[in-house]
Amino acid sequence: MQWGNVIIQGVLIGGLYAMFAAGLSLIFGVMRLVNIAHGDLIVLAAYVALMVRQALGIDPLTSLILVTPIMAAIGYALQRGLLNRTLGDDLLPPLLVTFGLSVIIQNGLLELFTADSRRLQAGAIEIQTFQVAEGLWIGVLPFIQFAVAVIVIAALQSLFYRTPLGRAFRATSDDQAVAQLMGLDTRHVFAMAMALSLAVIAIAGVFLAVRANFDPAIGPARLIFGFEAVIIGGLGNMWGTLAGGIILGVSQAIGAQIDPGWQLLAGHIVFLAILAVRPQGLFPKVSG
Amino acid sequence: MSRVQHATRSSQIGVALIAVALVVLALAPFWAERSTLRLLAEIFTFVALASLWNLLAGYAGLVSVGQQAFVGLGGYFLFALVVLLDVHPVAAIFLAGPVGALVAIPVAALVFRLRGAYFAIGTWVVAEVFRLLASQVSVLGGGSGISLPAGAVIAMAASRQMREFEIYWLALALTALVLAAMVVLLRSRHGLALTAIRDNELAAQSNGIDVWRIKFVVYVLTAFGTTMIGALIFLTKLRISPETAFSVNDWTAFVIFITVIGGIGRIEGPIIGTIVFFVLRQALADLGSFYMLMMGAVAIVVMLWAPKGLWGLIAERFGWQALPLQRHLLLVPKDSGARS
Amino acid sequence: MSDPLLEVRGIDVFYGDFQALFGVLLCVNAGEVVTVIGANGAGKSTLLKSIAGLMPLGRGDILFDGARISAAAAFDVVKRGIALVPEGRRLFPSLTVEENLLIGGQSRRPGPWTLKRVYELFPVLAERRRLPAPALSGGQQQMAAIARALMSNPRLLLCDEISLGLAPIVVRDIYARLPAIVAEGLSLIVVEQDIAQALKAARQVYCLQEGRIALQGQAGELTRESISAAYFGV
Repeated sequence: MQWGNVIIQGVLIGGLYAMFAAGLSLIFGVMRLVNIAHGDLIVLAAYVALMVRQALGIDPLTSLILVTPIMAAIGYALQRGLLNRTLGDDLLPPLLVTFGLSVIIQNGLLELFTADSRRLQAGAIEIQTFQVAEGLWIGVLPFIQFAVAVIVIAALQSLFYRTPLGRAFRATSDDQAVAQLMGLDTRHVFAMAMALSLAVIAIAGVFLAVRANFDPAIGPARLIFGFEAVIIGGLGNMWGTLAGGIILGVSQAIGAQIDPGWQLLAGHIVFLAILAVRPQGLFPKVSG
Repeated sequence: MSRVQHATRSSQIGVALIAVALVVLALAPFWAERSTLRLLAEIFTFVALASLWNLLAGYAGLVSVGQQAFVGLGGYFLFALVVLLDVHPVAAIFLAGPVGALVAIPVAALVFRLRGAYFAIGTWVVAEVFRLLASQVSVLGGGSGISLPAGAVIAMAASRQMREFEIYWLALALTALVLAAMVVLLRSRHGLALTAIRDNELAAQSNGIDVWRIKFVVYVLTAFGTTMIGALIFLTKLRISPETAFSVNDWTAFVIFITVIGGIGRIEGPIIGTIVFFVLRQALADLGSFYMLMMGAVAIVVMLWAPKGLWGLIAERFGWQALPLQRHLLLVPKDSGARS
Repeated sequence: MSDPLLEVRGIDVFYGDFQALFGVLLCVNAGEVVTVIGANGAGKSTLLKSIAGLMPLGRGDILFDGARISAAAAFDVVKRGIALVPEGRRLFPSLTVEENLLIGGQSRRPGPWTLKRVYELFPVLAERRRLPAPALSGGQQQMAAIARALMSNPRLLLCDEISLGLAPIVVRDIYARLPAIVAEGLSLIVVEQDIAQALKAARQVYCLQEGRIALQGQAGELTRESISAAYFGV
């Protein structure tokens, strides 16, 4: 049942990719901003978790209690202090400023932590597996990550469609001027959206740190995975993004099984194929 | 009766200065040191790359963070022709252009399905695909890369000095060609359309300009130029690997910073930006990643507070133009003689 | 005579280099209905947007309840008790009718207007509460926009061309609800191109012509001719 295990692994890592994507598409939905530094912020979260671990000695999953608010605060300050100034009709400023930010974060991390590969130890849980059927095994940690990803996406959907904050997000995204007439300070609304995005990034970053070796340069690849998951799944639909992440994860897993050098290529090729044949994605929201 | 005049007083001075500079630079092998020649050649290639990126982003509104795809394509194409087919390196450079354009056609068909920042990331994905494919080609060194065989190096010129002169002149010639082609394009009817798109895409479209087609053509032409420059770059380096060929830092980040700091959407911008970039590089040479960090910060500051870049500030303050690209409509009265 | 609720003191407003309002003076007393009429482009919407804080003032002041609100941002102005029903309704398309009303109450002040009360005033909205806002007819959208503005419990309601694009019978229906709103203690500024409806609803009339107040007076006292002259600038 080699292939069965391969597919299971692909599905589970798809959850992580969906979390990479969720923060990205949240921001795009609320303020039409694509954060090129998104992947680097995930790596930044991983390093923050590393520092928390080194300072307090707590295990990674518990450290989320600290890492998440830290990243959320960074997100709020970043949006309020810098990114709010780039919003407007022109495409260039947000793109180039977040690109500059990406370079700054990567090189800042390089200066502080060197290019050495790191990993966050989670203990015995890293290698535990449980059996679901004859010859089919699921890793406990990947399973937890997938479950958390599903919970995060469900929570985001719920927040968007059932809470006043979510209403504020949707209204501000529709019509900034009229949103102000409702008493909403749009600068604050955008900053809250970015804070939320970074909170999700924090969770994704900690999971990344536990799962694989990380160094300052791996940010762009995470951005690309998140982006591919969004496009495959279809814009405007969080559950579609989960599906997109899963498809990407499975493609990569199958590619890796054929030849280790083909892991990333397989994912990119599936992405390009979907872009060619169904550019709106597999499950796009009708109104977009 | 009327005609369109492109030149202004400052642009007449600018053209004269550029002509003088070209002569001086062409003669550089006779007055400059080896290291200066190499530096100049590097400056030329960055001016060319940045100008091409500027055409794409500043005029056509297509922000690509994946032009390294074509730089690497040019490099690998040159190495493929030289190593596998024994083609003369200089010939390979000129063949690289059309190949780059051909490859750009299906790439454009794909990435044009994305808009705005998603388009940008899409171009990045394409570059990644090229990089991964290059790693799989074992005859060209696979993941670790390959050096240019000695035979090909000798084929260029017998002595190392002559080879370096050749490369220098090639760099100067290609860069001059790229800039000249841009000026010709921008002075033409298509250039007017392009400038209209730069200023206000929606308005341009409602005025009947086929925006999609123009963007497509500009993308393909830019790929043509970028691929040739890429071939030249790796001929100079004498060695290629997937990492260096498709490096985002070297071929996109620097290029973007140069263009942003110099001034997007103006042809003089990349020239000014490259000069500033290299001055900074000489000054901050030993600072490694801190240097990159600074560049990123400067680019952000410029983007927010001086979005038209250094040249934009100068041009607006003084109304200058280095190249004759404006359009003044001169009305010639019917009865009297011509008066400007 | 107590102080007016709203005082617009000689404001100039610019769109870039273009001047839209020239020294406009206007007063609204508590419980009053004031109408501002004028042709297209006269500056009526600009006036309301300036009061609501959506546009900066070039010169002059606006006082609400004695306090200066000239520099206040739009989200601040709402909290002080001025609500704008924008031109063209501008409901949030991603939200349902009820969500539109709820977000209107985002910055609610104490007062009588609740979801229940608003549904009593406009029963047709209660029937359609779960529909997405774009699914409503023009007249229903206008009612929703007014209801949304009421949800913040304003003291002053600014209505920008609520008759625009609506059939006369629908317009009459909407205007018929205004007295109920005034009875709850609100003051109104009604901006209209439809002069007849405006004069019926209001007591004070201002006429804007190319950014200037060309005429001002009580609805009953002004003659047809003088209004016509001021409106068309003849």
